Amino acid sequence: MSIRDNAWQMSEALHNKEISAVELANDHFDQISKVDKDVHAFLYLDKEGALAQAKEVDKKRAAGEKLSPLAGVPLALKDVMTQRDIPTTCGSKILENWRPPYDSTVVTKLKDAGVVILGKTNMDEFAMGSSTENSAFGPTHNPWDLSRIPGGSGGGSAASLAAFEAPLAIGTDTGGSIRQPAAVTGTVGVKPTYGGVSRYGLVAFSSSLDQAGPCARTVLDTALLHQVIAGYDPKDSTSINQAVPDVVAAAKKLDVKGMKIGIVKQLSGDGYQKGVSNKFNDAIAELVKLGAEIVEVSCPNFEYALAAYYLIAPSECSSNLARFDSIRFGLRVGDDGIKSAEEVMNLTRQAGFGREVKRRIILGTYALSSGYYDAYYGSAQKVRTLIKQDFDNAFTKCDVLVSPTAPTTAFKIGEKSEDPLAMYLNDIATIPVNMAGIGGMSLPCGLAEEDNLPVGFQIMAPAMKDDRMYLVGGALEAALLSKWGKPILDFAPILAGSK
Amino acid sequence: MAAISRDEVANLARLARISMSDAELDHLAGEMDVILGAVARVQEVASADVAPTSHPLAVNNVTREDVVTTSLTPAQALSGAPASAEQRFKVPQILGEE
Repeated sequence: MSIRDNAWQMSEALHNKEISAVELANDHFDQISKVDKDVHAFLYLDKEGALAQAKEVDKKRAAGEKLSPLAGVPLALKDVMTQRDIPTTCGSKILENWRPPYDSTVVTKLKDAGVVILGKTNMDEFAMGSSTENSAFGPTHNPWDLSRIPGGSGGGSAASLAAFEAPLAIGTDTGGSIRQPAAVTGTVGVKPTYGGVSRYGLVAFSSSLDQAGPCARTVLDTALLHQVIAGYDPKDSTSINQAVPDVVAAAKKLDVKGMKIGIVKQLSGDGYQKGVSNKFNDAIAELVKLGAEIVEVSCPNFEYALAAYYLIAPSECSSNLARFDSIRFGLRVGDDGIKSAEEVMNLTRQAGFGREVKRRIILGTYALSSGYYDAYYGSAQKVRTLIKQDFDNAFTKCDVLVSPTAPTTAFKIGEKSEDPLAMYLNDIATIPVNMAGIGGMSLPCGLAEEDNLPVGFQIMAPAMKDDRMYLVGGALEAALLSKWGKPILDFAPILAGSK
Repeated sequence: MAAISRDEVANLARLARISMSDAELDHLAGEMDVILGAVARVQEVASADVAPTSHPLAVNNVTREDVVTTSLTPAQALSGAPASAEQRFKVPQILGEE
């Protein structure tokens, strides 16, 4: 048993009593203590709580109780999900030291399944960013090259997987925050269908786009975690009241013969790094060998998706983040007994929010103001309709759509932090999925020849057909594994101090 | 011509309840202008005959049964408050001192 094993292997070892959940958690805390000073994936470690949970699982197993497949397997939780009495900062000074009095539904489901939550992972402030550089607590470093970004906003969760600090992680994806970090760290991440996983206890950024989802190092591990966290929740009024597709069976099937796979014409070409395009094309060739049929589809309105996203998401954020008012929770600045509540609010929000968050609140306030509403927010909502129509048309011709996940491999920390528009372009291939509310997966498809860094392959499936992503992803992963001879993370440099 | 002036950004900051220094306003006004120039593209295809979409998968009129369920205790609800008194959130003064 090694921390480099997959979650399903750890699950088997636990089941066969080759290792205890307490030992497994301690092995991961040991790895974290060695490498996280360089990676900085975690904002908070809950050793006491994790070991108590692990002990409980060991006790139940010893007593012969029936346990969930992931009982005793460790997990890293993105710091945007509430966990009772555990600091939940969203990477922001305004929530520093806040301890929520309740569990998010995702956390409740994880605890019920006996998953051991090691701690909270770093992220761009309120999930706004593509590099984790917008965290108020310093950036996370990509385990493939510590001078590079791990993607964002869920860079901490993705980096924890690639650094073998945890075999499972939770992310949230508003415009690509699960998939793009997965792409640039050589890991797997899934944004489920909107409403497929409860948003209760997910601190809101853009409510009509936000979606929590599973992250891991393999497609099957991701599916096992998906099964634990998905399902209807009456506490989330946009939760879908339908059975969860059988993603685990799909991940194990390894058969794509006769499936129709659509390449989106608009998500390739100019703006995509050469090595990214090459590895994407190599993966397509593998799918052809496996018997899939490739069709090219056109989604002409995807061209406007990025512009529409950067109106809709900031508009919703300007409204959602109004709750950080220095009254009910979080930071309060300048309360000297003389200043008014409004002055204290103004000073608190100035001190508590970072630059990108302020930028988006101001942009959203503008887009929603009378006189500009129709031209900006109203137009963006119409583009959203057009993007949905493009997807609907495309899915009449094929079962899934594919593209590169991100236009480039991991860039250097600091390279784009002064240019918001250049940063926004990272999400060009991931945003359409959120706009339409459908599912999207990223899995590694190789290393770009120019920089030896991982490239992500995106699979998109119609709403509530999440199993199709796992079906195609599982088959492609198996084909690539036999081609490479070892998992992609075995090509990454060994971190100093690592086992 | 700039799409948005520094004065407009200052007004938006006031509406959004965020104090900003002169330097912050100068910087942000320049950035807003560039970003608005880029996102204004949505107007090219947003014709009158296209219906707006506010939610990807619309679910309407979601209500739960009208039954009493457990909720946070007052102590839990106040646990994250910067200041509280007598089981209430304590706020800075909201009325002038005239």
